[in-house]
Amino acid sequence: MTTATASHDDHGHHGPAKGIMRWVLTTNHKDIGTMYLWFSFTMLFIGGAMALIVRTELFQPGMQLIEPEFYNQMTTMHGLIMVFGAIMPAFVGLANWMVPLMIGAPDMALPRMNNWSFWILPFAFGMLLFTLFTDAGAPNFGWTFYAPLSTTYAPSSVTYFIFGVHMMGISSIMGAINIIVTILNLRAPGMTLMKMPLFVWTWFITAYLLVAVMPVLAGVVTMMLMDIHFGTSFFDAAGGGDPVLFQHVFWFFGHPEVYIMILPAFGIVSQIIPTFARKPLFGYASMVYATSSIAFLSFIVWAHHMFTVGMPLQAELFFMYATMLIAIPTGVKVFNWVSTMFRGSMTFETPMLFALAFVVLFTIGGFSGLMLAIAPADFQYHDTYFVVAHFHYVLVPGALFGIIAGVYYWLPKWTGNYFSEKLGKFHFWMSFIGVNVTFFPMHFIGLAGMPRRIPDYALQFADFNAIATVGAFIFGLSQLIFLFLLIKTIRGGEKATDQVWEGAEGLEWTIPSPAPYHTFLNHHTLSKVKYINLNDLKITRVRYPVRT
Amino acid sequence: MTSKSPESGTQSGPKPRNTTLKLILAAIAMFGFGFALVPLYDVFCEYAGINGKTAGPVEKVEQWVDTSRTIKVQFITTNNDGMPWEFETLQEEVEVHPGAWTQVGFWAFNPTQEDMVGQAVPSVSPSEAAQYVQKTECFCFDQQKLKAGEGRNMPLIFSLDPDLPDHVRTVTMSYTLFDAGDFAE
Repeated sequence: MTTATASHDDHGHHGPAKGIMRWVLTTNHKDIGTMYLWFSFTMLFIGGAMALIVRTELFQPGMQLIEPEFYNQMTTMHGLIMVFGAIMPAFVGLANWMVPLMIGAPDMALPRMNNWSFWILPFAFGMLLFTLFTDAGAPNFGWTFYAPLSTTYAPSSVTYFIFGVHMMGISSIMGAINIIVTILNLRAPGMTLMKMPLFVWTWFITAYLLVAVMPVLAGVVTMMLMDIHFGTSFFDAAGGGDPVLFQHVFWFFGHPEVYIMILPAFGIVSQIIPTFARKPLFGYASMVYATSSIAFLSFIVWAHHMFTVGMPLQAELFFMYATMLIAIPTGVKVFNWVSTMFRGSMTFETPMLFALAFVVLFTIGGFSGLMLAIAPADFQYHDTYFVVAHFHYVLVPGALFGIIAGVYYWLPKWTGNYFSEKLGKFHFWMSFIGVNVTFFPMHFIGLAGMPRRIPDYALQFADFNAIATVGAFIFGLSQLIFLFLLIKTIRGGEKATDQVWEGAEGLEWTIPSPAPYHTFLNHHTLSKVKYINLNDLKITRVRYPVRT
Repeated sequence: MTSKSPESGTQSGPKPRNTTLKLILAAIAMFGFGFALVPLYDVFCEYAGINGKTAGPVEKVEQWVDTSRTIKVQFITTNNDGMPWEFETLQEEVEVHPGAWTQVGFWAFNPTQEDMVGQAVPSVSPSEAAQYVQKTECFCFDQQKLKAGEGRNMPLIFSLDPDLPDHVRTVTMSYTLFDAGDFAE
């Protein structure tokens, strides 16, 4: 946080308050966005360190480094921290920074709630991480925390886990409400819904998903809490409950959750590709409808995570076909991205490289998802490393690359400085190679039958596991390049122009670089704003009066 | 709320406060929906006849017996993890005509030094057969209380509905015994 503080001190007279209380009390969307981003980056390193512990143990067959109990804690905490601590807050941070800038709003609609939704997070994750230092150890039941493993057989730290999930859920819901209210109420005149940049659109839809399913997650952990402490039996068959019910309720949350983690990345990529292809986005409206369709379908496919629980054939067929249907709107998106690039004047700056890697590697993850959607085949793949390969392909070169691409894309706007392209490209290639070396072999060992969530494995899986571990270290360490680049860029560098990128279009590129502490405060006319054409903007400069 | 004003370029549309309240209500409603999934799940399973759950006690009525078919009914007993009772079926399988009432027996014995409460949870395979299993009496309907060292023969009286699909030749009735001490009635 100190580096971020330093970076903002140069805003001078109209800038923020000084000292630590600025960050505690701030209601400024840029400050809060910055805090979200640094928080999620910290969590990325913590969760990443856990992943490296896991990969180190798996470097060779046999138990060499850690106890199986601790291994289970590492996989569980890695999943929880990456999903709820790294990916989701990073997207909220980007939304905080960019949504008001993209729609011409002076701030988020509910700035005090915004402060609150951020400051809950360090406490939620503090509580979760602190369980590592208790006698009972951290949660060890997998990030999906299936009951009764997470109730009857859970370590006593499970209660901290439950309250942690409650808190991060409240944080996400408040963040989502804030984004919806901002988008619905604070758009500049002329910024109709169908002129909104796609990042705003995808976040708008994501926020509805969050409001719909985070409370269900809160509900399911509340049921666990009651089963553990208040003698109910939601999930305990001895008292009339049903463990399979847990899986249904969890995945009713869990499947929309995976789209919560990817839709904003779709939005980021849809901003970046037109910029560096120097062409308007192909099929803007179809992108909006495709995103909405994906969001709708995400509610009716949850049981494809549980094909093997013993569902009737009709249910297997329904969830199989509904899942495959998602490939259609997703295919529309990939088609549109490729068509945007088609005959464009492409250049390959770092954000574009990450966006291109996103399109290619996310599509690979999508295809392995289609394979998993085939119910009869899923009985073979279920709970193997093939599943691990699949969801890491959509989450790491998918969601995470989307976030990194967005950070590179908007970093000059935030800091006023261009980053070192050389360093950025170095980071990209190390990450790209690392991520594929880590996760591609997992497809093979998964198809060959290696189960997930085990600290030891049969000898025939040894070579691919060793390769994956090497890749994991390449990928993990290359994120230190990113950290170095960020600090370097915050501290200085070639001054960025207001437009930053030659082909960049949209409101956020009309304000100075670095973005002033307050933007779009005064009355202005944006009545003729067209999303795709910067020349139609009636204002290119806004005066930024001191906020009194 | 603290946003600076009408001049910030608000277009006509919903008021922030209204939107916020609606969304908060939506979140609360979805929290409730999570809990509503619990009864909905049971209702759906019962309606669709899935999950292998059998219905509660039915009135014993004499019904048409389909003597043209013989169904093999198998019985399986399982102790859930940590349940120390002896729990056995007195017959591994019986052959019945659909519609005929049949009584079978199970044996439970509490070998521990403590009084205990057990609950058997039934499951039928194939699950599509579950809705055709009628029981007038089953030890699984109630908790079984056994004193230390006590044993008991437990009856099950059942029939298979003559509407049972033709392709079902074998029905497996499985009972898993749980330690229900925490849920003793």
